[in-house]
Amino acid sequence: MRNVLTIIRKELHSYFVSPVAYVVLTGFLLLGGWFFFNLLSQFNRLLSIYTQLQQGAADQLNLNDFVISPLMHNLSIILVILVPMITMRAYAEEKKGGTYELLLTSPLRTGEIVLGKFFACFIFISIMIGMTGVYPLVLMVFGNPEIGVMLAGYLGLLLLATAFAAVGLLTSSFTENQIIAAVSGLVATLLLYIIGWPAGTAGDILGPVLRYLSATEHFAEMVKGLVDTRDLVYFMSLILLSLFLTQRSVESLRWR
Amino acid sequence: MIEVQNLTKRYGDLTAVSDVSFRVESGQILGFLGPNGSGKTTTMRVITGFMPATAGTVKVAGFDIFDDSFEARKHIGYLPESPPLYNDMTVTAYLRFVARIKGMARAAIPDALDRVLNRCGLTDVADRVTGYLSKGYRQRVGLAQAIIHNPDVLILDEPTVGLDPQQIIGIRTLIKELAGQHTVVLSTHILPEVAQVCEKVVIINAGKVVAEDMLENLTQGQTLEDVFLQAIAQEDSDQIVESGAVAEEAAE
Repeated sequence: MRNVLTIIRKELHSYFVSPVAYVVLTGFLLLGGWFFFNLLSQFNRLLSIYTQLQQGAADQLNLNDFVISPLMHNLSIILVILVPMITMRAYAEEKKGGTYELLLTSPLRTGEIVLGKFFACFIFISIMIGMTGVYPLVLMVFGNPEIGVMLAGYLGLLLLATAFAAVGLLTSSFTENQIIAAVSGLVATLLLYIIGWPAGTAGDILGPVLRYLSATEHFAEMVKGLVDTRDLVYFMSLILLSLFLTQRSVESLRWR
Repeated sequence: MIEVQNLTKRYGDLTAVSDVSFRVESGQILGFLGPNGSGKTTTMRVITGFMPATAGTVKVAGFDIFDDSFEARKHIGYLPESPPLYNDMTVTAYLRFVARIKGMARAAIPDALDRVLNRCGLTDVADRVTGYLSKGYRQRVGLAQAIIHNPDVLILDEPTVGLDPQQIIGIRTLIKELAGQHTVVLSTHILPEVAQVCEKVVIINAGKVVAEDMLENLTQGQTLEDVFLQAIAQEDSDQIVESGAVAEEAAE
C-alpha cells in the first residue's frame, strides 16, 4: 500500500512539474468551453424562436436535453483523443529512460507499480473532469437543470475516461516508443467508442454483442440519468481487465 | 554472497551469455572484465532480477533471484549502464523516492539522504533538477541511489564511464570504502581500475568465462593487461581453429 502511494506521488509529481498537465488541462477546458458556449447560444436561439411561436412552448425545452447531454457527448470525444496522450508516457518513457530497470530491480510488486500508475492517472483525470464542473454551475445559477441527471452524466464521463486510461496504460506497457503507445491507445479507445455503430444492421446475434461492447452505449444511458448496474459492471470489467493485462505485461519481463 | 551457476541467456538465436559460473564472497569486490559486447551487462541484469536467465541459477544473499526474486531484490543496489534518473525530479526528491521504493523506514530516510549526498559529493547540487546535471553528476546520483538503502550487494555497471580523472579517483575511493560491509560487483573495461580496486577478477569474453581468480594469483608478476589480452586471444584463436575446422569440413 505504501509503495502504491509512493508511485502515485511520483507520477503526479511528473504530471504537474512538466508542462504536460497544464497543456492537457488548458486544451481540454478550452475545447470544452467552446462546446459549452456553442450549445448555450443554440439553446438561446431555440428559446427565442419557441417563445415567439407559441405561449408556453418554451417550457418544453430543458437544459438537460439541449445543453448538458450534448456537452457530455462532446467532452467524451475529446477524452477519446486526450486520454491516450496522457497515458502514453506511463511505461514507454520509463523503458526508454532506463528507469524501468530501477523499478523492476527494487523490492516492488508489479501489481503495486500498475496500481500506482493507474490511480495517479485516475486522480489526474478526475481533476480534469472536475474542472468542467464550472459549466453546470453556470447553468444552475441562471436556470434549473436536473441535478440528479447531471451527476449521473458526470459519473458516466468519469467511468468512461477511467476505462480509457486503463486501456491507454495497457498499450503503453507494450512498447518503449511513446508514439506507438499513443496511437495504439487511440485506436483502442476509438474502437470502443464506435464499435456499436453497425449494431443496428449486424443481425440478432452480433448486434446486441456489439452494442454491449460499445462504451458509448453504456455512457449514453448514464447521460440520460440512468445509473444501471449493467453499465457499472461494463466499465468496471473493462478497467479491471485492462489492469490485469497490464500487470501480466509488466510481469512478462520476468518470465523465462 | 553471490552465486552464479551455469548461467545462460539467449535472445532468440543470439547467445549473449553461455554457461557462466562464479562466486563472490561476502565483503569482496569483484572486477567483472570483458570487451564490449561480451555479456557483462546481460549477466548483471540477470543477477539483479531485471531479466530471467534462459538456464542456470543465481543466488543473492541466499535467495534465488528467480524463485525468491522479491526477497533477493531487497538486498541489491544496482547502478545500470546509464543512471536511471527521472529527469524532472530534483536530486533530493529522486533519492527520497528511491529510498521509499527500496523499502526504507520513513524515519531512516533523512539520515540516509545526508549520508549519500555527502559521500557522493552531491550536497551542492541537492536541489538541482537531475535532467540538467552534467554527466559526471548524473553518474554520481546513480551511485547514490544504488547505495542509499545500504544494500548487502552492489552491482555497478561501468560506474566510472564519462567521468573526469578527479571524479574517477573519487568514485574508486568510494567503492574501496564500501568493501567489507558490502559485496560489490564492478563491471568495466578499464584495467587499471580493476588492479587498484578489486580483490577478485572474472574475465568474460563472447559470453564465456575465460579467467576467474584472485587478482594476485592471476597476475603473478604480469600486468593485468597482459593477462586480459592473453585470456581473450586464447578464446579468439580457439574460435578461429573451430571455424577453420568447419571450413575444412565444408571443403571436403
